[in-house]
Amino acid sequence: MRDRLLLGLALLLAIALPWLAEAAGSPATVSLATRMAIYAIAAASLNLVLGYGGLVSFGHAAYFGLGGYAVGILYAHWRSEELLLGLIPGSIGLLPTLGAAMLLGGASAAVLGALSLRTRGVQFIMITLAFAQMLFFLFVSLKAYGGDDGLSIRRRGEFPGLDLRAPAQLYWLCLGLLVGWLLLLWRVTRSRFGQVLAGARQSERRMAALGVSVYPYRLVAFVISGMGTALAGGLMANALRFVSPDMMHWAKSGELMIMVILGGLGTLLGPVLGAIALVGLENWLSAWTEHWQFILGPILLAVVLFGRGGLMALLRRVLPA
Amino acid sequence: MLEVRGLQAGYGHSQVLFDVALEVRAGEVVTLLGRNGMGKTTTVRAIMGLNPPRGGAIGFRGAALAGLPPEAIARRGIGLVPEGRQVFPTLSVRENLVATAANRTGQAEPWTLERIYALFPRLRERAGQSARTLSGGEQQMLAIGRALMTNPHLLILDEATEGLAPVIRAEIWATLASLKQRGQAILVIDKNLTALGRLADRHYVLEKGRTVWSGDGVALARDAERVRNWIGV
Repeated sequence: MRDRLLLGLALLLAIALPWLAEAAGSPATVSLATRMAIYAIAAASLNLVLGYGGLVSFGHAAYFGLGGYAVGILYAHWRSEELLLGLIPGSIGLLPTLGAAMLLGGASAAVLGALSLRTRGVQFIMITLAFAQMLFFLFVSLKAYGGDDGLSIRRRGEFPGLDLRAPAQLYWLCLGLLVGWLLLLWRVTRSRFGQVLAGARQSERRMAALGVSVYPYRLVAFVISGMGTALAGGLMANALRFVSPDMMHWAKSGELMIMVILGGLGTLLGPVLGAIALVGLENWLSAWTEHWQFILGPILLAVVLFGRGGLMALLRRVLPA
Repeated sequence: MLEVRGLQAGYGHSQVLFDVALEVRAGEVVTLLGRNGMGKTTTVRAIMGLNPPRGGAIGFRGAALAGLPPEAIARRGIGLVPEGRQVFPTLSVRENLVATAANRTGQAEPWTLERIYALFPRLRERAGQSARTLSGGEQQMLAIGRALMTNPHLLILDEATEGLAPVIRAEIWATLASLKQRGQAILVIDKNLTALGRLADRHYVLEKGRTVWSGDGVALARDAERVRNWIGV
């Protein structure tokens, strides 16, 4: 009961944030909070495979980048009025572009997941990393879409009744999608599907002896995860009005993993806390000193070493269930 | 229902099973007896495909099992209650029962949560608790309930009462007896001859990877001395 009250309060605060920021005279806070919400969607998606499924995917930046490029490439074709592959017209509509991002993310996760999930342990980590790096270099060499330099997007997505040029509206969109995505993940992890996924993490053989083949369950989780991460990438393209291969860099995969582990593996809200903490720390520390990573490193180490279960477990110690 | 002939199996370079034969017919309770290290668990693992056999034949309801992956074997209707219980610790009792539940064997009266709770009232009391907080006996009941929820033609229990308090043992034996009354075929691996002697239709004794003796309760009473030598109790 108290937990629900606190959660409702946090949500109200999050909704009121643009007005609070205006009152406090720091409009930049809204775009910072937008980035936090977007990364929270990506981290929550990664958490489905990493935390619940126990599958260490070190290549989730690939889906983040693919989502971004789906939006970027559709914008570029909308502007040049040329059909993509001679078939698909460009678009700046919010629904078609974000839909395309999720579709692309899900389809790639299905293909890459189908191959990677045949391996286990370190091989799985390496093969997901390798696929992400292949996509990274593919987009570096795609000169038609800016290659290394990336792709500028002059117009944010359009949706009747929304004006995403207003930072507050973009923020509310991202917040709304985050809440919706978390509700979906909550349903998924509590379903029979989620229980099998968690059971498979604990013992694949035990599952097999009960007549359950874990591969299709893991693949579906991987696809859902890829779709969510690509949605986050599509939103990031809208927020930054820019996409580049950097979104697919392996360091980005690492950052997403840090958010999940920092916040709390296999918890619904852990990745959200992790995303807020990491994006926030990066922002504030880098304003303070250019050697901010020197400070960030030990902080992360301390949380992982001493706060077993991450920020979510620390929070539980302050507010016992 | 289950027919094992000339079964050979092992791990790496060491062969554990040389010639195991046993049979379970519909509605029967059959025991597999023997000292530790004689190949009882290896036999179960070979039947389940967890440790693929190297020779011999395993037939189940008229089809060969050898070479199939474990999940395919389980899907044909064999429910395993593994040694050491092995419930899913982070899932709740209810989730452990429901997650892998299925009626692939097309039972007319499939197991439901309600029927499992009626069989093990303690599990109903603990339904929302995570499985790792259960006592050993409760975990064993949960493992049996979880296997029953897959509606198996044949239930295999590997050392089901190992390390449990006598009261809990008695409760589990009583449950097996009531399962037998309902016509459930069961293969039990255990050392408790007295309890099993009354319950089982037939017994097999393993010695160094071979079936060295088999017979019904009457034969067991007649050969009690020899059997006790083999199983060492």
